[in-house]
Amino acid sequence: MSQTIERHTVTALVEDRPGVLNRISSMFRRRGYNISSLAVGQSETAGLSRMTFVVEGDPDTVEMVSKNLHKLVEVIKVVNISKDNVVSRELALVRVESDASSRSEIMQIIDIFRAKIVDVSQGTLIVEVTGDEDKVDSLVDLLGTFGVKEVMRTGTIAMSRGVSFEQETKRQKSPENAW
Amino acid sequence: MKMRGAQIVCESLLREGCNVVFGIPGGAILPLYQTLPEFPDLRHILVRHEQGASHAADGYARVTGRPGVAFATSGPGATNLVTGIASAQMDSVPMVIVTGQVATTVIGSDAFQETDITGITLPITKHNFLVMDATEISQVIKDAFHIANTGRPGPVLVDIPRDIFLQEVEYIVPTEINLPGYSPTITGNTKQIKRAAELIKDSKKPVILAGHGVLISQAYSELRELAEKAQIPVITTLLGISCFPEDHVLSAGWPGMHGLAYSSLAIDESDLLIALGMRFDDRITGNPSKFSTNSKKIHVDIDPSEIGKNIQVDVPIVGDVKEVLSSLNKLIEPKTHPDWIKRIDQLKQEHPSLDLPKTDKLLARQVIKDISEITDGRAIIVTGVGQHQMWAAQHYTFKDPCSLITSGGSGTMGFEVPAAMGAQVAKPDSTVWSIAGDGGFQMTMSELATIAENKLPVKFAILNNGFLGMVRQWQEIFYESSYVSTGYTGNPDFVKLAEAFNIKGIRVNDKAQVRSAIQEAMDHDGPVLIDFVVEQEENVYPMIPSGMTVADIIEEPINEKVTA
Repeated sequence: MSQTIERHTVTALVEDRPGVLNRISSMFRRRGYNISSLAVGQSETAGLSRMTFVVEGDPDTVEMVSKNLHKLVEVIKVVNISKDNVVSRELALVRVESDASSRSEIMQIIDIFRAKIVDVSQGTLIVEVTGDEDKVDSLVDLLGTFGVKEVMRTGTIAMSRGVSFEQETKRQKSPENAW
Repeated sequence: MKMRGAQIVCESLLREGCNVVFGIPGGAILPLYQTLPEFPDLRHILVRHEQGASHAADGYARVTGRPGVAFATSGPGATNLVTGIASAQMDSVPMVIVTGQVATTVIGSDAFQETDITGITLPITKHNFLVMDATEISQVIKDAFHIANTGRPGPVLVDIPRDIFLQEVEYIVPTEINLPGYSPTITGNTKQIKRAAELIKDSKKPVILAGHGVLISQAYSELRELAEKAQIPVITTLLGISCFPEDHVLSAGWPGMHGLAYSSLAIDESDLLIALGMRFDDRITGNPSKFSTNSKKIHVDIDPSEIGKNIQVDVPIVGDVKEVLSSLNKLIEPKTHPDWIKRIDQLKQEHPSLDLPKTDKLLARQVIKDISEITDGRAIIVTGVGQHQMWAAQHYTFKDPCSLITSGGSGTMGFEVPAAMGAQVAKPDSTVWSIAGDGGFQMTMSELATIAENKLPVKFAILNNGFLGMVRQWQEIFYESSYVSTGYTGNPDFVKLAEAFNIKGIRVNDKAQVRSAIQEAMDHDGPVLIDFVVEQEENVYPMIPSGMTVADIIEEPINEKVTA
C-alpha cells in the first residue's frame, strides 16, 4: 500500500499553559513526525491558543498525528483541514540586497506579488509579503537573483473555507467518520 | 478551612480513596512527610530505593484496579522513579506520583537536588503537573486520579515545590473535574458494532485475541459470554493472561515470540481476528505485513491512536471493552464451529509447546509447573522480564483475573521484587509468588528489607541459572554461543542473603526437592526465598525470531540438549 507524501494542514485548539508547546513538540519528536511549519497564537477564547501545523506525510501518518495530538490532555480540539478547502497564509520578511540600479526592478516584482517594502537602507531593503506558502516561496526565489541576505517566515496559519472550526470538528466527529 | 499545601495533598489523596503510599523522604518533600502523622489512615511504606516505590505502586494498581501512589523527593529521588513510571506507561497502569521540588524561588537556578522532573517524565507519563500555588493542589490531585484511571490508564506525576507544601491557603473541596481537553470515548460506535456482529456471524474460523484492556475494564464475564455464545476460541496477549480462565475449554493459549506455537498458528489460519483491548505489539505480530493475512480484523480499543498504528483493521471500534462487548453480545446469535475447534486442537497436539523433556536435571519449567499445581493456579504470580517470565506465562495455569503481574511493554528487569511487594500490600490474604531470575532479582533485592520490615509474606522463587538467561539464549542462537557479559560467576549465596534480611531461605539443587520446598514456603507464615539452582542453558521455546513470521517458528529440539 503505497501512499503519497504530501503536506497536510492540521490545526489544534489548546489550553494556553506553560509547557503545552513542549508537550506537543515532544510528541512530534518522539513519534518521528515531520513538522514543516508551526504557528501559535491566541484564539477567540481567552485562555486558549490555536496552533497550525503543516505536516509532511502520507494520509495514514497525518491521521496518526491528529490522534496523538488529541491524546494530549491539554489539547481540546484537532481538525485536519482538507487541502482544497482552505485559506492559508504566512507572512515573511525578506532582506534583499539592492542599489539604485536594481531598486526599480525589485519594486516591479514585489508589486506583482502584492508585497511591500517596509524598510530601505544603504544597500538593502526589507520586503514584507503575505500569502500561501507557494507564493512566498516564489517571491523569495525571484528575489534571490538580487541577493537575499535574510529571510524570516511566520509559518502557515490556516482556516477552512465556509465552515467554522466548530462545524468542522463536529463533521469529523460525526458517527460516519468516528469509530 | 485554612490548610497547608502538605495537608491538602494528604486530604485529597484520602478523598480519592488512596490509603497506601510507597516512598522515601528527602529534603524537598519533607514538609509532606512531617504532615503524615496527622493522617493515620494514609499508610506509608518506606521502601529502600525509589524504583521500588514506583514498581510497588504499579503492582498495587494491577491487582486492585485502583491507582498506586508513590512519593519521592526532588532530584535523584524523582529520577530513581523513572524506570517504574516508564514501565507503568507502557503497560497502561494507573499511578499517581507526588514528587517534592525545590522551592519556587529557586526553580531554574540549578539548586541542590533540583531536576526538571516534569520535563524528564513528559514522554513517559499520561500527564504531569507542576503545582506553583497551593490553591491548585486539591483540583490537581482530583484531576490526576481521574486522568490516571479513566480511558487508557497511565501514570500521572504531580511535582510540588517545597514552599508550596508549606503555603497556607483556604482548602476548597473540588466538585468537578477541570479538564476541557480530556474525554475518553467509552461507548463504541453502534454502526461498527453491528458490522462486527455481522463479521462474527459470517466467520468460519474466528479467534479472539484478548489483551490487557479486558482486565483493565473488568470485562471477564462479557468476554466469556461472547466466547461461549459464538464458540470462539480465546487467545490472550501476554498482558491479557488471566482475563479468561486457562482451564476453560475455549482457552487457546497466548501467541507471539515465545507464545505457544498452536496459538500463533491459529491466529495465522483464522478468518476473523477479534482483537480486544490490545495493541498489536511487535512481540505478537512479528513482521506486521505477514501477520494473520487470511483474517478480517475487528479491533476494539479505548485509545484511538492504537487503531491503525501497527496493523490495518476492517472494523475499528473505539471504546471501553466492557461497554462494547455488552452491546455486541446482544447482537450475537449462538453459533458453533466444530471443525475449527477440532483444527485448533489438532494444532495443539501437533505442536506441543508445553511438554517437558525427560530428564533428571532440575529444569526451571518444572519449578513453574509445580508452583502452578501446588497453588492450584490461584496465586498472584509476579515476574520481571526474560526466560523466567516466559516460562511462568507458559507453564502456570492462570485461573483468576489479574493474577499475572508482569512487565510487558517495557520489559523491566527487577520489576518482580517490588511489584510483588505492592501486590501483597494490596492483597494481604492472597498468595503472592515472585518468580525471578538471578539477574533481575539482584537489581532490586534491597526491597527484601521493606518486605521483612512490613512482614509481607511474599514467596520468592529465584530460577537461578547463573546467566542473564534470555540474553544468553540470543547469544547462543544468533551469535554462535559467544556468551559476552551474560554469565554471573559471582552470585551471592541467596539463602544466606535471605537470612541476612531475616527471611527464610531454602536452596533446591535437586528435582526431587522442588515440591517439598514449594510446600514448605506455602506453609511458612512469612516471606520465603527459594534459590532454585536450575539448568544453566535451558532455552525458551517456541521462538519466533524478531521481525519474522509464524513460518519461521523454532520449536524445541526434543531431548537434545538438556538430556545430553
